[in-house]
Amino acid sequence: MIAEIGLFALLLALLFAFMLVIVPTLGIIFNKEDWQASVKIYVPLQFFFVALAYLALTVCFLTDDFTVSYVLMNSSKSLPLFYKICAVWGGHEGSMLLWVFILTLWMFAVNLFSKNLFFPLKIRVLIVLGLLSIGFILFIIITSNPYSRQFEILQTVGRDLNPLLQDPGFLFHPPMLYMGYVGFSVAFSFAIAALWLGRVESSWAKWTRPWTLAAWCFLTAGITLGSWWAYRELGWGGWWFWDPVENASFMPWIVGTALIHSLAVAEKREQFIAWTLLLAITAFSLSLVGTFLVRSGVLTSVHAFAVDPERGLYILIFLLVVIGGSLGLFALRAKSVVRVKNLNLISREAALLLNNVFLMVIMLTILMGTVYPLIIDGLGLGKLSVGAPYFNAVFIPLMIPLLILMGFGVQLNWQRDGFKRLYSVLGLVGLLSLFIPALLEIIITKSFNLNVYLGLVLAFWVLLSTLKTLLIRLKISGFMGISLAYLGMVIAHLGLSLTVIGITLSSGYGIESDVKMSPGEHIFFAGFDIRFVSESSLTGANYHGNRAHFMISSNGYEKSIFPEKRIYNVGNIPMTESAIDVSLFRDIYVALGEPINDDSWSVRFYYKPFVRFIWGGGFFIFFGGFLALVDSRYYLKGRKKNKLTFKAKI
Amino acid sequence: MKLVRRQKLLFICLIGFILAIVSALVLYALRQNISLFYSPYQIANGEVKVSQNIRVGGMVVPGSIVRSSSDLSVKFSITDYKSTIVVHYRGILPDLFREGQGIVAQGKIVDLENFNATSVLAKHDEKYMPPEVKGILDKSYAKK
Repeated sequence: MIAEIGLFALLLALLFAFMLVIVPTLGIIFNKEDWQASVKIYVPLQFFFVALAYLALTVCFLTDDFTVSYVLMNSSKSLPLFYKICAVWGGHEGSMLLWVFILTLWMFAVNLFSKNLFFPLKIRVLIVLGLLSIGFILFIIITSNPYSRQFEILQTVGRDLNPLLQDPGFLFHPPMLYMGYVGFSVAFSFAIAALWLGRVESSWAKWTRPWTLAAWCFLTAGITLGSWWAYRELGWGGWWFWDPVENASFMPWIVGTALIHSLAVAEKREQFIAWTLLLAITAFSLSLVGTFLVRSGVLTSVHAFAVDPERGLYILIFLLVVIGGSLGLFALRAKSVVRVKNLNLISREAALLLNNVFLMVIMLTILMGTVYPLIIDGLGLGKLSVGAPYFNAVFIPLMIPLLILMGFGVQLNWQRDGFKRLYSVLGLVGLLSLFIPALLEIIITKSFNLNVYLGLVLAFWVLLSTLKTLLIRLKISGFMGISLAYLGMVIAHLGLSLTVIGITLSSGYGIESDVKMSPGEHIFFAGFDIRFVSESSLTGANYHGNRAHFMISSNGYEKSIFPEKRIYNVGNIPMTESAIDVSLFRDIYVALGEPINDDSWSVRFYYKPFVRFIWGGGFFIFFGGFLALVDSRYYLKGRKKNKLTFKAKI
Repeated sequence: MKLVRRQKLLFICLIGFILAIVSALVLYALRQNISLFYSPYQIANGEVKVSQNIRVGGMVVPGSIVRSSSDLSVKFSITDYKSTIVVHYRGILPDLFREGQGIVAQGKIVDLENFNATSVLAKHDEKYMPPEVKGILDKSYAKK
């Protein structure tokens, strides 16, 4: 009964999505104000029914209703309550429902917080979002109905949630990622609405910026969480694999990053307008391509659970319509929004343009590596895979100029700047960032690794230059003169340099060792004495297995950790639960491999210096974005200005 | 006006330069880092050169897993039911590595019957079959 209510609610949501698109569009054509204004009724109604549909599916999970096939496939009676709630998005159908739920949540937010947005722009934004929601709701109903029933398997405890997903990190990772992915639909709709109107108001960038920042923040958090989860759950100590699905989330992030930078130019200088529109379209298109890559089953990866050509075909057509349509519209209308202004080679605008060029090139190289196997397979030229070495080989050389540019970019003035001034500001910074890493490396490690040195130089260059601009700003305008947006920029850039430090040191000085050990034995590893104390059997809610006790000691420091080998009862799936001795400057990571002979195990040890900096930096980047997002200037000034334009229109 | 034009030209040259370098980089990296998939039958047929970095896939032959008593070295045979190849590996095998399971190994061949693996992949699902492996098995059955 509950499942039927869910499906019915989803159908009603579809109905209101159609109303949302058709009525205001007719209103625009026949120039009827009240038809146009009806958007504010349909948006909350649609949101309500999608939320109801989502709630219904959650109830199905909580009541163990295994006649619903989706619940049967993704849950079990013994699954802990917490994971039952998460299991709603553990499979394909439910995650699509989550996608739609988040889309309507964004629409609801746009409707709520844009009361003073230039009215013709607002209704067009909501119509475009409504169209997207129709596409996705239809997709769910036609190809992936989560409420469909089955009556063949009745006496069952359920197939259980994929054990990999049974981790606290899983609670936040997919919703965060989806908030980001789907959030770019708002920037996309603002771009399409502006093209539809055929003109870009001066406040357009100001309105678009906070929405883009919000989506970008969520995506940053989602990717960071995902990497942290992979490190603990699947990575055997790795934190980024250049897996197609990771790339699918990383590409929109890169374009989103380019977009928030070009929006800055669009807002402050009213330049790069057409380019910004194109970036907004690209960012969301890549989110859609990401969905296509993950959900169609064309890629094999841990994440790709669905192999269904019908879905693939639907998404492919949907993609063609959305991307083709929006690019077509862009090609037709871009001329009307282009504003040509002079551009100085040494200016902040130019630096941001170069930043955009580099980011887009990086995105394209990743896209190339991700779809290359598909193209080759599609042409029947054989099955191949592009490995992580490819991505490292193209990504790292492209990051070097980008980071160098970043150090200059934060110092440059708008419009026009000079070499002399730059030199006087950055000369010392440059020298210090060359010397400090060398000194640190030689003093602490008593060795010299060129790759690590290069990475550290770049990180320090960004770090010191960013701190310097903050100091200069403090001197000129005092503590109160610093806006939150500016502080956010500083923190996000510092975060990136922390991440670079983490990546450089953990890959440069990390130590890895696979050994065979039995209880009672100990090894010396990376300056620590690690003892395999004992091994015991283990029983959990829905798994059993072995639990080992390792003691890490060095100079009076002692710590016990307990890696596990779990075997999930349903499906008999083994899982490695690593144990990590965490500290700010290094991780010691122990994972049980497999039992060998009677009592010995293969065990993997990792010593990872500064690995926490990778995710710490990610958090800084997220926090910087968040600060910029809550900066009051987007709300107060923007509102007043818009009220004026609105009144003028009437 | 002239200055503006010169600056624009500089910009376009710069962007063109970046793109040229990047394309070269991509082509080079792609050539170095792609690995083609082969079946044991194709290897036995001599389709693979010794220096080539490839992936090979098949079912783990039951009873073929031999572990070293001193370290983590292990060898096992994989088959596509037409030919069999022995895979040598040193390290921890994935959680779902079992007899009768479809796996994919990456590395280089030693000769027509031996393969040195740098990594062994088995996916996290008891029903999962690497698509390439499924492809070659389907072919084997179809020919029978």
